[in-house]
Amino acid sequence: MPSVESNGCHTYVTNQGAVLRDIIIIGSGPAGFTAAIYAARAELKPLLIASSVEIGGELMNTTEVENFPGFPEGIMGPDLMGQMQQQAERFGTEVVYDDVVELELDGPVKRVKLGNGGVEEARAIIYATGSAYRKLGLPEEEVLSGHGLSWCATCDGFFFRQKTIAVVGGGDSAMEEATFLTRFADKVYVLHRRDELKASKIMQQRAFDNEKIEFVWNVEVTQIHGTEAVTGVTLRDTVTGELRALDLDGLFVAIGNDPRTHLVHDKLDLTPEGTIAVDGRSSRTSVPGVFAAGDVIDPHYRQAVTAAGSGTVAALDAEHYLAALDDAGAADEEPASAEASVAELAVAN
Amino acid sequence: MSARAVTEATFEQEVLKNDKPVVVDFWAEWCGPCRAVSPILDAIATEHAEKIDIVKLNVDENPGLAMKYQITAIPAFKVFQGGEVVKTVVGAKPKPALEADLAAYIS
Repeated sequence: MPSVESNGCHTYVTNQGAVLRDIIIIGSGPAGFTAAIYAARAELKPLLIASSVEIGGELMNTTEVENFPGFPEGIMGPDLMGQMQQQAERFGTEVVYDDVVELELDGPVKRVKLGNGGVEEARAIIYATGSAYRKLGLPEEEVLSGHGLSWCATCDGFFFRQKTIAVVGGGDSAMEEATFLTRFADKVYVLHRRDELKASKIMQQRAFDNEKIEFVWNVEVTQIHGTEAVTGVTLRDTVTGELRALDLDGLFVAIGNDPRTHLVHDKLDLTPEGTIAVDGRSSRTSVPGVFAAGDVIDPHYRQAVTAAGSGTVAALDAEHYLAALDDAGAADEEPASAEASVAELAVAN
Repeated sequence: MSARAVTEATFEQEVLKNDKPVVVDFWAEWCGPCRAVSPILDAIATEHAEKIDIVKLNVDENPGLAMKYQITAIPAFKVFQGGEVVKTVVGAKPKPALEADLAAYIS
């Protein structure tokens, strides 16, 4: 067991020589940074592990964010994330630009191994790794990714000036991508497997009103054509089963996201939907001291605002958890009143 | 040492006629993943300066070269050796993954 010593401000030294922190937050989207703002303001000096190349999360790949309250004129996704980070750092959050490669979550000391070989330790973890773009599941995806096949319109749309392209999907992100891509492309098909959209009304209407966008209903992509670059797709009619080819210069996929649980899927309980299971409306996972927030626990709403709210919940839950640990520790140090303290703890639990 | 910028004017001298393998980082100001991966490339450039050169090419300012090398996604990293593209890597990746992709030229 590591020897844990209190120096009065929640900084401990473990037997490996690393500083035992109160909280490590994994993830740098709205959930992670909001958790950091709350934890930092509670003087828990959080360490936030932001990843090496995906700092800021999904909003870094969006343009205008129009539904985040407090920004009546809208704000660019990367600007919003930059401001969240500034706010978190203002209160003492330490941000590390590296990737988590391994986690040890059992026991009172949680260990986080980083890509650079370093190990960080904390009494509580907030896991807010978000979600990853869902793939179509076709073998040619790997080869053609980055060669006309893309998951990021704002990153790659620029290269499709005066081209004919398609967006697969029927949700808000598919509508946003299709609308955005009309800035560059001459023609944008939206390929959707149903005859109605999941997207919000305002996003639908914007796409319907756009002359460059043409909807193709009830189709799924069964094959992507091209060896060195995308040249088209095979579409299967989901009603009749009929196959047909569509010539394209590019294909953008926006069919949803999957929670990023690969580091914890064998350590934390998951829901049937694949998100991390939490206790009721809290952020408490199946392992004490491990809290989860944002898209990684949310199969339904997945908004910047709901993720931020979820990050708040996690920070408050973690704060309570740490306070209870401190109370228990304080009780141990007072043998005279040990019995009373144990009784209080039993009540508190 | 940060990777230096090349342009359409300097590309031939700096890249095509370079004795060493050259990694060209095709990037743009508006590309978030490009900015995120930039310090990683700088670090690789510094650590392997004797083996390879790493240069940056802004696709907004040099659209001709972006088109010539059929860039459809950025960041894109193309390794040039003897004036030819010998390897293409697309997308921002963590340092170990990028080093693995470039292993043939830096180890």
